[in-house]
Amino acid sequence: MHDYLLSLLIWLPIAAGIVVLLLGERNIVAGRWISLIATLATLALCVPLWRDFNTHTAAYQFVEKAAWIPRFHAYYALGVDGISMPLIVLTALMTIPVVIAAWNVINARPAQYYASFLIMEGLMIGVFAATDALLFYFFWEAMLIPMFLIIGIWGGPRRVYATIKFFLYTFLGSVFMLAALIYMYVKCGSYSIAAFQALPLTLTEQRWIFAAFLIAFAVKVPMWPVHTWLPDAHVEAPTGGSVILAAIMLKMGGYGFLRFALPIAPDACRHLYFLIVVLSLIAVIYIGFVALVQQDMKKLIAYSSIAHMGFVTLGIFLVYAILSNTGSTHGAAMGMDGAMVQMVSHGLISGALFLCVGVLYDRMHSRQIADYGGVVNTMPVFAGFMVLFALANTGLPGTSGFVGEFLVILASFKANFWYSALAALTLILAAAYTLWLVKRVVFGPVGNDRVAKLTDLNGREFLILGALAVVVLLVGIWPAPLLKVMGPSIQHLVHQAVATKIPA
Amino acid sequence: MSESMMTLHSLGPAVPEIYLAAAICLVLLFEAFIGVKRQGATGTLTLLVLAVGAGLTVAFADVTHRVVLFDGSYVADPLAFVLKLAGFLSVAVALLYSRAYLRNREILKGEYYVLALTALLGIFVLISANSLLTVYLGVELLALSVYAMVAFDRESGVAAEAAMKYFVLGAIASGMLLYGMSIVYGLTGTLNLGRIAGAVTAPDSLGVVLAVTFIVVAVAFKLGAVPFHMWLPDVYEGAPTSVTLFIGTAPKIAYFALALRLLAHGLAGATVDWTRMLMPIAVLTLVVGNVVAIAQTNIKRMLAYSTISHVGFIILGFVAGTASGYAAALYYTLVYVLVSLGSFGVVVLASRKGFEADKLSDYKGLYRRDPLLALAMAMLMFSTAGVPPFVGFWAKLRIIQALWESSHLWLVIIAVVMSVVGAFYYLRVVKLMYFDDAPETLPPTERSVGVRFALGVNAAAVLVLGVFPAPLLDLCAHVIH
Repeated sequence: MHDYLLSLLIWLPIAAGIVVLLLGERNIVAGRWISLIATLATLALCVPLWRDFNTHTAAYQFVEKAAWIPRFHAYYALGVDGISMPLIVLTALMTIPVVIAAWNVINARPAQYYASFLIMEGLMIGVFAATDALLFYFFWEAMLIPMFLIIGIWGGPRRVYATIKFFLYTFLGSVFMLAALIYMYVKCGSYSIAAFQALPLTLTEQRWIFAAFLIAFAVKVPMWPVHTWLPDAHVEAPTGGSVILAAIMLKMGGYGFLRFALPIAPDACRHLYFLIVVLSLIAVIYIGFVALVQQDMKKLIAYSSIAHMGFVTLGIFLVYAILSNTGSTHGAAMGMDGAMVQMVSHGLISGALFLCVGVLYDRMHSRQIADYGGVVNTMPVFAGFMVLFALANTGLPGTSGFVGEFLVILASFKANFWYSALAALTLILAAAYTLWLVKRVVFGPVGNDRVAKLTDLNGREFLILGALAVVVLLVGIWPAPLLKVMGPSIQHLVHQAVATKIPA
Repeated sequence: MSESMMTLHSLGPAVPEIYLAAAICLVLLFEAFIGVKRQGATGTLTLLVLAVGAGLTVAFADVTHRVVLFDGSYVADPLAFVLKLAGFLSVAVALLYSRAYLRNREILKGEYYVLALTALLGIFVLISANSLLTVYLGVELLALSVYAMVAFDRESGVAAEAAMKYFVLGAIASGMLLYGMSIVYGLTGTLNLGRIAGAVTAPDSLGVVLAVTFIVVAVAFKLGAVPFHMWLPDVYEGAPTSVTLFIGTAPKIAYFALALRLLAHGLAGATVDWTRMLMPIAVLTLVVGNVVAIAQTNIKRMLAYSTISHVGFIILGFVAGTASGYAAALYYTLVYVLVSLGSFGVVVLASRKGFEADKLSDYKGLYRRDPLLALAMAMLMFSTAGVPPFVGFWAKLRIIQALWESSHLWLVIIAVVMSVVGAFYYLRVVKLMYFDDAPETLPPTERSVGVRFALGVNAAAVLVLGVFPAPLLDLCAHVIH
């Protein structure tokens, strides 16, 4: 089974999605159950993936390779290392609450809704599992289609604007990456990512390639100033769409930097790291202030996502700052560890927060903070969860949010005091906007009659929020297994990132 | 084997043309005696003729090497074989989609099919042309048939205007082509493309530059490249949609062959000249096609500008000036034909009697009225936008790859940026069909099972060839040596 475990992870949800689509809206009861079983089965497949993962090597594991386009030496090649494996598990995990959360809520074209998410899940796992650049790009772009439909069909009033903006932004970023990938193929005659990583490139070539990657991944992360699609997309997307966007799709930008930009264009990264650090700090601080003034809960969490993803890009590129400051890479792995933990943690927390907003929205059909107040009086259990996830979002020790931010700030001390000072400032900002949100929505006297009529979580909602709360706490209290899985791959990546590829 | 030696046996490679010429006479007679009484019978016969023709082509004309016939003016090679099969297939599919449309407009006449077949014969002659005369014969046979098809609905003033415009501008282009050819003949003293290729070796000489200029203009006109594109949107819009479907597909195969035989083969010695001329044409074509398409409210016009932008990509393959580039252009052409058959097919199927379905707004909420048609159109639109897993992605990838191989950094950047601009108006169609609500008043779409099945296969092919692109990519690389 291990020989095709990754293929199963990719194609099982896609096949289930097609079945649900073919069953159609008339057999939606069966469609729902098939969707749930398929997502649970996908998560179950992650158990052997995690259990049998060798934590002592940076090499790709569970590899598969089959001919795809022999003429271009492009293969259907899959494999995971310590960087991609946790993200695959995260993907499998976060699709389940999306399916459950939609159970009685999505009434328009539900079969297509479930099918879109199942197909998305398979494609996203494909992005993380592909070790062939062409296959990677294939999944990377194909993913846009279901997301485009999800926002466009089930979204809010300005969904058309939001979804077209989302599609065009990400498409624009991606095509430059495609051009860079094809350029490297023409140079080295293979689409294997490992071959790209080993390909010697002059500094000029690396700069161009880095620019192409930067456009592609910065849009996806998203980094300031190409972040403007995200608040729109999040606000208009249905709850499930927001969860997948925040939890998984944003991670692809970070993953792209780790898998492509750093190992393929290390010299360009070394020359241009300052740019990324500055952009990251702007995201962390400026976007934090922007989040503070939001009136719409989803928009606030969307901006908070951008700020938190700033930590990810900061952590990734600290390696160069540390190198130029101390002349060694000691401590650089910590920054990358932090970035990876932050990605996983943000996936869980932002997903959970969007689910919380979804719970409120299903009852009140409003996302405006002003329409709420004193929710704790009528929904005490919900309030508990909301406060927990909010605190996790601020980076409270004991939650997963703490681990990633702490590691990144610790690493940034090695690079430059001011980086860490500025980055630490965001902890205050994050606490400010998140806790103020909680204060206005959850606490205080009952805001209005509609809040007074709210009913607390039903079993379905309790189940998904409870499960996510457990995972958030688990990663926060005991992050060691996660760090152990990532360890060798991060070490290897640090070596790749500081080696020079300029031909002598 | 001497080129002039001719036995019955050696005519095998020319079976498609010989068969088609005979079949045209048969269809004409059939129409005169039987078809006039039984409406639609000629159409069925024509589809049969095309199927038999494809079979005969596979049986006789599948050559593994280059065969030159008729005193050097006709060539049969693997490329011609592939293009002719594609021609049979695309004309058959186009005619299949059109039947109900023609009946609804009371132009379901046998002559329509005869004209389609003569156009196909012109396409074949062009595909197999190995001398300037054969080239011209093919160009004119195709063009004259198509002019008549555009004007086929004689009640329609717009169609007549479109046909007139097409005819006048087409005649000018033919004049350009002839003039260029006459200079080539004056320089080399031969009409044979192979011998011309051997004789044109001085790309800097004024005569060669002059000849190449006129020929490039003619090719650009026929393909619909900017700034020789003005006829294309008007003709596409004015012609009956079934004719738009026809001229938007099979003739592109012929004009690809025209460019390949004349420029890449005959004038290979002057590659540096014509790539330099095609470069600005390609860039302009990409930019104008994509940008102007955004402003369209008529779907036929929008698809016309979309066609123009695709022509830009095809020309980019020629600009690369390498075998890889020509193979990329061939692949792009075949993919374009496949996708256009589907997308114009959807427009044809959405039209009813007295309702043209040519406004973009006519596609609002199509998903609710006809999920299959909407799904097919959505797949085709994503494919033309170049989004995987659909085949259009590979077409763009091949062109970009060919451009990198010949180190055209800026053309790569323009190509990728323009494909993003293009994505906008393809997405808009998906948006209209899936996100908007349908007005109550729109009539139902075509429901005949066979046609819908064909459209389903067409859309499925776009997906299957996108997931498994290797066979068609290999074929294209193989036939362009």
